[in-house]
Amino acid sequence: MSTEAANIAFTGWQGANIAFWVITVVVLVSAFFAALSRNIVQAAFALFFCLLGIAGYYLLLGSAFLAVTQIIIYVGGILVLLMFGILLTNRPLQRDLPYSPWLYMLVCIAGLLLLAAIESVIMMVSWHQVATLSVPASDVRPLGKMLITKYLLPFELVGITLLLCLVGAAYLVRRREQ
Amino acid sequence: MNRTLGEITGFVSTYPTGLPIYLIVAAMLFVLGIMACMLRRNAIGILIGIELILNAAILNFMAFWRFRGGLDTDPTMSGPMFGIFAIVLAACEAAVALAILLNLYFNFGSVEVDKIRQMKH
Repeated sequence: MSTEAANIAFTGWQGANIAFWVITVVVLVSAFFAALSRNIVQAAFALFFCLLGIAGYYLLLGSAFLAVTQIIIYVGGILVLLMFGILLTNRPLQRDLPYSPWLYMLVCIAGLLLLAAIESVIMMVSWHQVATLSVPASDVRPLGKMLITKYLLPFELVGITLLLCLVGAAYLVRRREQ
Repeated sequence: MNRTLGEITGFVSTYPTGLPIYLIVAAMLFVLGIMACMLRRNAIGILIGIELILNAAILNFMAFWRFRGGLDTDPTMSGPMFGIFAIVLAACEAAVALAILLNLYFNFGSVEVDKIRQMKH
């Protein structure tokens, strides 16, 4: 049933497109603060909104599973870990030292040049897109199938890597005797 | 395929907001992440920049996958699959990096990268 519904050419994209621009404003503003705010706690909070907005992008791009994964692992895991790191290593309410204006100017110029280079490339290429896009169907079933068939080896390897990393991290921060 | 600006930006509602717009947003996230890595003194701030770069990369993968037809033309789900693996590896990276930073903090009393010239006393 869902595949039949997906085959019908769907033209009412205005809701999704409005959502896209709202998310874009949220993501870019919060990414700006996450990258350049001098207060590191503020930067982590800005990263929270940025990651939530990117989960919204994944939803718009047709992978609800990846959106939920993003929220659970990035927002619920990595960001909380970063917050723990900040609170354990920062003296309370300490701000980052003021940046020297030369470094600041240099970084801004380098960033703008890099952005201009990438965007000129993006604008030069005429990107191939399919003519009509269907409404995304549920992606959980195909993802599950692929994870235990085509991507079984990477799946296992990534699982072992995760285990090793977590054990290694716990070993690194263990409290040493004497 | 030539599209009008209205179709690319999504202000004409016959097509979702197009691939170049996603690429530009991802490029902006990437550049902001690079700037954070260059500018920050606090090592956790550098980690935040790295997370931004990773997210920009995953967003690019998803956008390319979607605008080549997504699930309809690619039932192997290469885009989301790459995203999932990248997110898991980002979790590994964050855990190990924070463990190292905590050790640095115990040894040096600071995670300012300017003050840490060597990893050992």
